[in-house]
Amino acid sequence: MTMKSRLFMVLASALLIGLFFVPMWSITLEAPQYPKGYELGILISINEVRGANEFDLQNVNGLNHYIGMKPIDESAIPELEYMPLIVGVLIAVGLLTSLIGKRQLVVVWLVLLLIAGTLGMYDFYRWEYDYGHNLDPRAAIKIPGMSYQPPLFGSEKLLNITAYSYPAIGSYLILLSVVFAALAWWIARKKVSRLPLRTVGT
Amino acid sequence: MISMFTFLLMSTIATSALFFTGCSGGADTKAIGSVADAAMKVYVAPGAKDEFYDFASGGFSGQVAVIGLPSGRLIRVIPVFSMDPEKAWGFSEETKPMLMTSHGFIPWDDSHHPEFSMNDGVPDGRFLFINANNTPRIARIDLTDFRTKEILEIPNSAGNHSSPFTTENSEYVVAGTRFSLPIPNEDVSIETYSEKFKGTLSFIKVDKATGRMSLAFQIVMPGFDYDLAHAGKGPSHDWIFFTCYNTERANTMKEINASQNDKDFIVGINWKRCEELAAQGKGQVVNVSYAHNIYNDETHTASSAIEKNVRILSPADTKGNVFYMPTPKSPHGCDIDPSGEYIVGGGKLATVIPVLSFSKMLTAIQDQKFDKEIDGVPVLNYKAILAGEVEKPGLGPLHTEFDGKGFAYTSMFVSSEIVKWSLKDYKVVDRVPTYYSIGHLGIPGGDTKKPWGKYVIAYNKITKDRFLPTGPELFHAAQLYDITGEKMKLLLDFPTIGEPHYAQACPADLIMKNSKKIYQLAQNKHPYATKKEADARVVRKGNEVHVYMTTIRSHFAPDNIEGIKVGDKVYWHLTNLEQDWDVPHGFALLGANNSELLIMPGETCTLLWEPKTPGVYPFYCTDFCSALHQEMQGYVRVSPSGSSTALTWNARK
Repeated sequence: MTMKSRLFMVLASALLIGLFFVPMWSITLEAPQYPKGYELGILISINEVRGANEFDLQNVNGLNHYIGMKPIDESAIPELEYMPLIVGVLIAVGLLTSLIGKRQLVVVWLVLLLIAGTLGMYDFYRWEYDYGHNLDPRAAIKIPGMSYQPPLFGSEKLLNITAYSYPAIGSYLILLSVVFAALAWWIARKKVSRLPLRTVGT
Repeated sequence: MISMFTFLLMSTIATSALFFTGCSGGADTKAIGSVADAAMKVYVAPGAKDEFYDFASGGFSGQVAVIGLPSGRLIRVIPVFSMDPEKAWGFSEETKPMLMTSHGFIPWDDSHHPEFSMNDGVPDGRFLFINANNTPRIARIDLTDFRTKEILEIPNSAGNHSSPFTTENSEYVVAGTRFSLPIPNEDVSIETYSEKFKGTLSFIKVDKATGRMSLAFQIVMPGFDYDLAHAGKGPSHDWIFFTCYNTERANTMKEINASQNDKDFIVGINWKRCEELAAQGKGQVVNVSYAHNIYNDETHTASSAIEKNVRILSPADTKGNVFYMPTPKSPHGCDIDPSGEYIVGGGKLATVIPVLSFSKMLTAIQDQKFDKEIDGVPVLNYKAILAGEVEKPGLGPLHTEFDGKGFAYTSMFVSSEIVKWSLKDYKVVDRVPTYYSIGHLGIPGGDTKKPWGKYVIAYNKITKDRFLPTGPELFHAAQLYDITGEKMKLLLDFPTIGEPHYAQACPADLIMKNSKKIYQLAQNKHPYATKKEADARVVRKGNEVHVYMTTIRSHFAPDNIEGIKVGDKVYWHLTNLEQDWDVPHGFALLGANNSELLIMPGETCTLLWEPKTPGVYPFYCTDFCSALHQEMQGYVRVSPSGSSTALTWNARK
């Protein structure tokens, strides 16, 4: 790997550091009582789940109790403990890759990132399913056949609330990281094909 | 001539026929021109917001009305001097101290003049001051949550009318007395009025950071009726002006006896110099008694204290800093133009509107152009201080506001109109009728350095036929006029609360950007706050019972209480755990002898209940808070005094 290629790999790894500080996913809840500009929002990071505004999470939990949904409680979500570790390992492996400079390792890293991402999305879906289906049977509002799982991606109307679920800045960081790693791999490939020519020339 | 008359009659009939068929209810198209044009100018489409906040005094309601302009919609009533069971103002334990005075608890007053706190001669959007006319007081309303945060009683005063006008940076608000009194007040014959009765002009210092008021000093003046005031600005920054009438010092049948002198006065006071004199220890500190009530934002609780001293300056102490300026006849309004140069007196019985000149006043003082002295106060020569007179303005001029474009607008009570005149040549340029008998008028920022001269509003004393009739008692009507053109144009009639005297308006942005949505529960320092449902409990201390109750959609905790006994004093301390905008909860209890509570998110409120008969009493939430609001209720059991029912309450099940 060339210097330039290694540098892209460093960048790809370093971008993931951002995941400790910015949310990866955002769920916005809009309702007649929470109109545009005053929607409730939940922001999901690798290490926390919080409201978009100071009391949004509390207010979402307050509303959800009518349908018997469990309150969203960070301490009940073990992923928030080990996701940072996984991302930490990914960063370390990425940096190591740029240090070692083996092009194949970039592919390995990308595959690891892809697996982590897919598992993450699956896990997110599982939580959404759990919150949406696993309801308190003593809830005040019970509608036969109705579940309240927010969409994985896109929007959906659940009773009076329209839920919007979209990637947040953290997801775009991951995307950028993938692009940089791919670039690192690409540049390195070109370099390899040029090397014999230069050897001949000298 | 006859044919001309017939023609006029015919056309009148034709016109009436036109608008009876064309418009619903018979709009006065003569006054408004095109209905569609007027409607366009005042229509605030659903979802859109008004351009201005207008704060109108509630007069004998004792409160302040918040009105949106140009729609004229009432958007809030702020309780100030009168109890309000809806908001538990004066009923809850937290707010009872706000209505304490040196005379004890007073449930009502008459509020007249709202006044914005100012910075550099323009409203800063922080506070609104308003006077209580009957039992002299000044209140300060916080414009972040539209609540009254402070009420200061004014001693040595009665008829607190020329109040609470503020200086250019709200260094002071003032309070002048309209009914002179023996000072100190004592048991004397009313016949001694002319020698013993005095008027006081009080200067209340406003703390720059907190807005807190303190009575700095009072100036004792001859026993006239001090009616209205306005502070100078720009070049006249150091001065404040009060109108006064009854310079005859009559104590009976004032309508005749106080209307004899051709000219009464505007008092000019160099407050800056008087402040220095007070700081030097001039005058004397006398013993008085006045209440000072402060609402604490952190504990959501008011406290009332009696203060004991005030510094009084006599005309001898203030020599060279207080002057009488002759003003025709029985002046009411005292208004200063945006430049700070012109002082306009609204002589209720005068045939002209006098415009006095501040710079000429300074020169006259320099040149000692005094006609006489009254009780040590020099009277300046009218001609020497006069800038000009507006001739034939109409009848009964009261108040003047300014548009910032060189024009003044004066309300005419008797001829029921607004008269627009030029500050350049004192010529009347336009006049419009008002419906009916206008008192104050208001232009947003119309008494400041930079008026927003878009509308003028007439606040009337008589309503008659302007709205659907409601029997003998009608609300007072207001009218909104467009003043952006050469001619004033009537746009809208709208209702008000009580009797609107003065009102002040400012652009909405100035206030709405700081408007609070909730009270932070984490910052609630109420001694009886319950921050989480798990802490809800009931505590007995002898015959006092304290209920630490929480509310959140849609239940009370606890909601079943037993062990209360006849003879107990039960304090219901409710904390609203919500932290979501516009989710108050209410609390009402069968047989309670006071009011409901309406608890805002994060707030704690207390209702005192003294049950008299054993039984079970339901309580419920009065504010439709959620889909399960109707389920938000509970029971309290009352046992006979001395019974052995244990004090119990339930946890959430």
